[in-house]
Amino acid sequence: MAMSPWLPFEWIAATRFLREGRTQSLLIIVGVGVGVSVIVFMSALLSGLQSNLVKRTLSSQSHIVLLPPEEIARPLDGGESGKSAGPLIQKQAQRLRSIDQWQNIRGRLEKMPEIAAVSPVASGPAFAVRGDANKSVSLIGIEPENYNRVIGLEERIVAGRLRLNAGEAVIGIELARDLGATVGDKLRLNTNNGANDTLTITGLFDLGNKGVNARNVYVGLRSAQSLLDLVGGVSSIDLSLRDIYAAEGLALKIAAETGLQADSWIKTNAQFFTALTSQRISSNVIRFFIGLSVAFGIASVLVVSVVQRSKEIGILRAMGASRGQILRTFLLQGGIVGLLGSLLGSALAWSFLAIWRMLALNPDGTPMFMIDVEPELIVIAAGGATLVGILAALMPARRAANLDPVVAIRG
Amino acid sequence: MAENPNNAVLRLGGIRKSYLSGESELEVLHGIDLTLQRGEFAALIGPSGSGKSTLLNLIGLLDRPTAGQLFIDGEETSTLPESSITKLRGQRIGFVFQHHCLIPAFTALENVMMPLLVERGRPDTAMRQRAAELLAEVGLADRQDYLTSRLSGGQQQRVAIARSLAMNPSLVLADEPTGNLDTHTADDIFALLREVNIREQTTFLIVTHDPRLAARCDRIIELVDGHIVSDGNQRLPD
Repeated sequence: MAMSPWLPFEWIAATRFLREGRTQSLLIIVGVGVGVSVIVFMSALLSGLQSNLVKRTLSSQSHIVLLPPEEIARPLDGGESGKSAGPLIQKQAQRLRSIDQWQNIRGRLEKMPEIAAVSPVASGPAFAVRGDANKSVSLIGIEPENYNRVIGLEERIVAGRLRLNAGEAVIGIELARDLGATVGDKLRLNTNNGANDTLTITGLFDLGNKGVNARNVYVGLRSAQSLLDLVGGVSSIDLSLRDIYAAEGLALKIAAETGLQADSWIKTNAQFFTALTSQRISSNVIRFFIGLSVAFGIASVLVVSVVQRSKEIGILRAMGASRGQILRTFLLQGGIVGLLGSLLGSALAWSFLAIWRMLALNPDGTPMFMIDVEPELIVIAAGGATLVGILAALMPARRAANLDPVVAIRG
Repeated sequence: MAENPNNAVLRLGGIRKSYLSGESELEVLHGIDLTLQRGEFAALIGPSGSGKSTLLNLIGLLDRPTAGQLFIDGEETSTLPESSITKLRGQRIGFVFQHHCLIPAFTALENVMMPLLVERGRPDTAMRQRAAELLAEVGLADRQDYLTSRLSGGQQQRVAIARSLAMNPSLVLADEPTGNLDTHTADDIFALLREVNIREQTTFLIVTHDPRLAARCDRIIELVDGHIVSDGNQRLPD
């Protein structure tokens, strides 16, 4: 109860006033707390959900894929300049080609600070044959170490290991099931240019996507080059970025610099990305309106408090309290209510998430996805709620500061 | 009594105050001249509607005159900006209001400290000490840490008197200080004001309806319809 000597008058008066109007203060702090808890819970849930979705989406895709420029059919204009052949442009069928100067381009990409890993890939269609089974597959030739830094194949190996020496292959669990093959078994690959090779399966992967698990066959880069008739060449370069959301901008930049076709994951998954964005926008709208209703709640409580205390305010003014001191006393009350409410709200949100973690489980009992309240989020919520409290207090505080002491004391 | 302007705590020259009442201006005070010397113990009486409260608010720097000059300790106030007025009011003028004039969120001691706290911004030991002394002087040394709601009406008024003296003001304005109290308590409070006046030479201007109390003041200023109609010394201050 004693006044601390390091606290200024405004702070002492603000806390005393809040403590005196205990019921009112508690109710509004709980109100702010509920609002903040919804915001914190929703933010944590959404960012957990989104990062999980993005992670799943990117588990079998690179952030940017560089491809050779599309071949365009250029119609002859018969030597008569200015006379266009008109709309007779037909898209040409794209054949498998290597990227020109890919070693050179790779060197330049590796020097770019935004890029975390560069992985050249030689890929094309093939048939996997084992006994009577015959499956159409994507043959992907990789440098395992670099590819791992882009896709993380090694941690997705569920049987055997990621080893791709000459004559070795790693296939998905679906394909293994279709072909009735497992680690150590042989597999024959035919390509449409007549090349073929018999490979030993060294590992099985599960990239979390049935199509990918049924289609992808990984071999060493050299094996793929010879099977696909791309000796010394690569059909694409896969990139991993430090900031996945910078992918689209960077893709445009690389395309402009290298003349290659650069597809970012954002463009490749445009619908998915739009869904993420609209989810974020709608949650921001909800957050804004919760913030607004919290602000109105604080303001209305303080307006009542100013009316109730107008006589006391008048007496303080008679004793020499300045308008500024009265103004700050009420602004502080708004700020304190916001801050305490946000702490309560963060604690509530934390408990909601604990409950959520217990309830949101996969059938096998593992959590559906990781969500955590990051300390950063709590700091932002506390700062934001304090600011909202002060802003909400602005109108009542000015009203208090502008009270005519004569009227207030008589009142 | 010879008027020495240098010793005047308060001097009013031609003070007028009018309010806008609908379309027309309503003048409540019609040119008040008044001087209070240091140590005076004066009563301001008059029927209701005579302008007593208006005059008290002007003297207390809570309100501003429409015309005329108002000196506090020789300083002309009508041209001062509001911030200086607020400061001057806090430092030179003590207020004792009729009732409910303490701040209930604070203890008796803290209420007495309040003018010092407001002026200096932060509490310190010296102001706590000063407040404790003042409370002891009004006979409430053992009630320091009581919230004001736990004090009787008479005790509350004693706290208010102690508070009005916290800044060593030149002038204490008391608006019906005994208005809400029974006769016995009213006599005690009045005696306390008188005691402070004699001991500290503090100037008092007391608005009262009670002719019995007014008769115990040194000087009675009577206000009727915005004019001072009589101003008489009953007894010279010591």
